[in-house]
Amino acid sequence: MSSIPHDHAAGHGVDHEHAHHPGGIMRWITTTNHKDIGTLYLWFSFIMFLVGGVMALAIRAELFQPGLQLVEPEFFNQLNTVHGLVMIFGAIMPAAVGFANWQVPLMIGAPDMAFARMNNWSFWLLPFAAVLLLSSFIVPGGAASAGWTLYPPLSVQTGMGMDLTIFAVHIMGASSIMGSINIITTILNMRAPGMTMMKMPLFVWTWLITAYLLIAVMPVLAGAVTMLLTDRHFGTSFFNAAGGGDPVLFQHIFWFFGHPEVYIMILPSFGIVSTIIPAFARKPLFGYASMVYATGSIAILSFLVWAHHMFTVGMPAAGQVFFMYVTMLIAVPTAVKVFNWVATMWKGSMTFETPMLFAIGFIFMFTVGGFTGLVLSLVPVDIVLHDTYYVVAHFHYVLVAGSLFAFFGGIYYWLPKWSGRMYDETLGKWHFWTSFVFFNITFFPMHFLGLAGMPRRVPDYATQFTDWNEVASIGAFGFGLSQLIFLYAVLKAIRSGPPAPARPWEGSDTLDIRDPAAGELKRIYLKRNERLMMEHATRRERPVPAQRGANMRTALILLSIAVVLFGGVIAAGYSGGSTAGIGVLGFAIIGFLLVAILRNVRR
Amino acid sequence: MKRRGAMARGAMKSAHPLPKKMAGTAALVVALVPALAQAAKEYNLQAPVTPIATQIFDLHVYIMWICVVIFVGVFSVMFYSIFAHRKSKGHQAAQFHENTLVEVVWTVIPFLILVFMAVPATRTILAMKDTAVPDLTVKITGSQWKWSYDYLDHGFGYYSNLKTPVAQIEEGEPKGEHYLLEVDEPMVVPAGKKIRLLITSSDVIHAWFLPAAGVQQDAIPGFVRDDWMKFDKTGTFRGQCAKICGKEHGYMPIVVEVKSADDYAKWLAEHKKAALAAADDPNKTWDVKELIARGEKVYAANCASCHQPTGKGVAGAFPALDGSKVVTGPKDDQIKTVLNGVVRNGQPTAMVAWKSTLSDIDIAAVVTYTRNSWSNHTGEVIQPAEVKADRS
Repeated sequence: MSSIPHDHAAGHGVDHEHAHHPGGIMRWITTTNHKDIGTLYLWFSFIMFLVGGVMALAIRAELFQPGLQLVEPEFFNQLNTVHGLVMIFGAIMPAAVGFANWQVPLMIGAPDMAFARMNNWSFWLLPFAAVLLLSSFIVPGGAASAGWTLYPPLSVQTGMGMDLTIFAVHIMGASSIMGSINIITTILNMRAPGMTMMKMPLFVWTWLITAYLLIAVMPVLAGAVTMLLTDRHFGTSFFNAAGGGDPVLFQHIFWFFGHPEVYIMILPSFGIVSTIIPAFARKPLFGYASMVYATGSIAILSFLVWAHHMFTVGMPAAGQVFFMYVTMLIAVPTAVKVFNWVATMWKGSMTFETPMLFAIGFIFMFTVGGFTGLVLSLVPVDIVLHDTYYVVAHFHYVLVAGSLFAFFGGIYYWLPKWSGRMYDETLGKWHFWTSFVFFNITFFPMHFLGLAGMPRRVPDYATQFTDWNEVASIGAFGFGLSQLIFLYAVLKAIRSGPPAPARPWEGSDTLDIRDPAAGELKRIYLKRNERLMMEHATRRERPVPAQRGANMRTALILLSIAVVLFGGVIAAGYSGGSTAGIGVLGFAIIGFLLVAILRNVRR
Repeated sequence: MKRRGAMARGAMKSAHPLPKKMAGTAALVVALVPALAQAAKEYNLQAPVTPIATQIFDLHVYIMWICVVIFVGVFSVMFYSIFAHRKSKGHQAAQFHENTLVEVVWTVIPFLILVFMAVPATRTILAMKDTAVPDLTVKITGSQWKWSYDYLDHGFGYYSNLKTPVAQIEEGEPKGEHYLLEVDEPMVVPAGKKIRLLITSSDVIHAWFLPAAGVQQDAIPGFVRDDWMKFDKTGTFRGQCAKICGKEHGYMPIVVEVKSADDYAKWLAEHKKAALAAADDPNKTWDVKELIARGEKVYAANCASCHQPTGKGVAGAFPALDGSKVVTGPKDDQIKTVLNGVVRNGQPTAMVAWKSTLSDIDIAAVVTYTRNSWSNHTGEVIQPAEVKADRS
């Protein structure tokens, strides 16, 4: 890792300031530089992506044929569970934070993140959480095996692997909350003079909203798994009907976290795609304001739709109808985004380098996932598709072809700026096309399997499902191998790529791309930003004391909100999980988000 | 096929190739979709066999068509743009970046389309939820890892276990026609009658899923949920547990045999007779073998999920019965514990009262079993009369 040549950023060699900093591995352990930490996050997430990917391949290998060939059903369930947890908490979320670390300070003209040392800590918690999670495979009883959703009573039955998973989730949650506090504080308090909220690049907006979502829901998840822990070991009955609890309460709380979590994983990708498309269309992003409002609406609606993950638990018709309507409503802001991207491309002057290919692939396949989401939102149809492979196809279309493709695009787009070196365009295109083709070979047939009634999370299946499973397994191995091209392309670029020009993309303008005429702001901003980039941001420029005070205030407010939510969830669970309790909590969170967003827009 | 080919070729030759080519592609897509839909049922939902499933099937087809039309529309625009507005063709970038009218229109239109989707969906939801006035009620209980069916109107019930031999699953023997979707005793119901399902679980959450009937309902321990189905025709329909429920989750099939009214009546009569024959004589004195054999079954069905088949319990959660002071102590104490459950600080615990769930004979059997299993060797035999005496 230490070989990544940061020093080449913007063509500058090793400078004198560097001499004061530890070298080698200590550089990475002690670093407080947002760029170094961004790099750490991205490498960590890539390693976890490979780990989770190997688990996925083991799953697909077992499912290549009906019958049990390679793994025992218990181990299959563990692979399935940990694959989900690793990909969500280990790969997608940290990768998004890595992008935020690199880009947010640069895009708003801040010298670094607001809390540089806490930034280091938020990252370095993650490897320990990952070790905890993965070591659960070697403890008695094996890893958690109840699915990544950890539904009780099944998750109460299993061995200590579940406890390790719960602690890993706690640690990753703490890391996310610290990361979010940092990002929100940086964005609110440390923008360059003249950069008003509605002038921020869209990537910054999407991350601001994502960070608010994280602060609102990670404490909720922490509360849910804490209750699981006390049910397992300390004699409580939050989720045990025999003790006056309710197993379904866990699902309500879990998905109250889980649905916003879906948007936590996709909103930063929206931001990245909204950066890439205008650059390669050589045309400003269409409908900036409506993009901001659409993102905000998605965030608010995400708190009102959780029960669509639970249409089969047997809720009253009124409940089903309510959650169906609100879920369908999310299609509106999402459609607006897709229309805006297409309108940005319309009458542009497009070229199709790798980042653009991934962005177009994203729009195309994310829309497929969006449509299957709409199909699943309809209660009657969901009843026959719930917990089938159709759902597996749906969420891999939005998370792999959605989030992950946008991240690949983002890496290719910013790598020249980050490393000072150009990647190999041919390799990038190979990576895109193989990923695109194999992704569809893997996941498209899963729609058919789900429609035909094949349940998910089974290690074995009836013979009529054989053909499509074979196709999917072949595609999965192709997709897995395609990612080695990516690894090679990145390593080749940062080791021996040709030096990147100061402006690698003709159409790119990381500054105020919406309004080329905003001369003065652009000049000030450019000056400050370029200077920071040239300096390799070794944080000579510390926040002044007044700034520190303001940052501390913001952080404390956010932290206390997180603590109150954590307590609130457990209190709601303790009160027998009354619907009223959860409702009050829900409205409190929505109120908090509304106030947060309105306050920001006013600035 | 021929006609389509001719259209596409014709488009190539025309003076303004692009729009006609688009039309050709659109025609191709439109022609392909129904062909695919007909190609095999593997591409679509299972053929519906109940009125609800038929509604779901039609709703799904309707929604898919709307989605396909929007999809083709949006991406025709995008791919046209990718084709025409590229730098290599010398296209100059326009600089527009907003248009309030367009933005309002494309916010309102999706909303209106959603209304057209929501109306039929809501109608079906209301129909699905109407479990009133059933002709027959069957209670379905999920347990790790099998289903059981209780015919509440007729006072009998049975377990339905996977019938596929292990050799087919693990040893690569040729798979049978209904591999993993076959059971020893299927659920049997009459065609044309409204069957109300009461669905629950005895351990973890399962889901009773019969795709062709349009029914999926989670089985939740401690709660009873209801659902209903009414078959248009006779036949055998198959499904599986849909909610992950532990290691044998993939081996918990559901088979429903729908019989004509006459055949169903015959089946019912046979099962009732068998149930009567198996009923217990209250005055009988049981010997130890009979009690232990019966106790083992009662234990497996009701106790083993917490206290474990080994009697070792789960450390910290469920006490061991093997070597337990209660189980090896005075027998009346144990009988009362089973009857009334354990109450701590005025709160019921996971050890619930079994007096209303288990009969005197069942309790006598399970107490005898636990007192004479594993390392417990009290040698005591408990008769149903003793249990009866302790109920008070």
